[in-house]
Amino acid sequence: MASVKLLYFAWVREKVGHGDDTFELPEAVASVTDLIQWLRLQGPEYDAAFENESAIRVAINQEHVTHDALLAGAKEIAFFPPVTGG
Amino acid sequence: MTVRVQEDDFDIGAEIAALTDGDTDIGAVVTFTGTVRGAAKGQPIIAMSLEHYPGMTERELERVEAEALERWPLSGSLIVHRHGDLKPGDNIVLVVTASAHRQAAFDAAQFLMDFLKTNAPFWKKETGREGQGEWVDARESDTDALDRWKR
Repeated sequence: MASVKLLYFAWVREKVGHGDDTFELPEAVASVTDLIQWLRLQGPEYDAAFENESAIRVAINQEHVTHDALLAGAKEIAFFPPVTGG
Repeated sequence: MTVRVQEDDFDIGAEIAALTDGDTDIGAVVTFTGTVRGAAKGQPIIAMSLEHYPGMTERELERVEAEALERWPLSGSLIVHRHGDLKPGDNIVLVVTASAHRQAAFDAAQFLMDFLKTNAPFWKKETGREGQGEWVDARESDTDALDRWKR
């Protein structure tokens, strides 16, 4: 698929060590779950950040999605802990 | 119907005046202010920082405001949410709703806060006396609060 921008926030960003990446994803990475599994292979910092997968929330093109969401059409994918604003 | 995400503080009186000025259809104005507490889990908090996802914060707040307008007869509404470095006692968030009668104003304000707490992409980090920073955990009670708005 075309290159996609990934964003990380809060402790996800701290564990990964930086706030964003741009990747060309392999075709087989079709869903959010696939992407998390692929990211965990990119280095120990990614593996640590995504170790508790159910604690990670995701947005595609700035809209909340669940882990079974497909990546088709995604330009920006963000990973973050449950929100704590307000 | 306004949404603002900003570092600067806000003046509640000025915001109410700006929202209601000249509109005599309004009979009820409700406001909610969220502020920084000075302690968490029995330990003093020296400072709090709020990270956010620029772009998505505005979109989520606009989305929830649009839903409130669809569900209740509001003459006006305002959400202001700060980000950046704050201290105990500082303002964090302001919700103002205005309607002809109080039921809509109260309900819409509570709805806006309940949705904001679970959907708006902000993350709080609290700094204690020793300088240690800790990310605040989301609360189950916030997710549960959404149930009352299901339709």
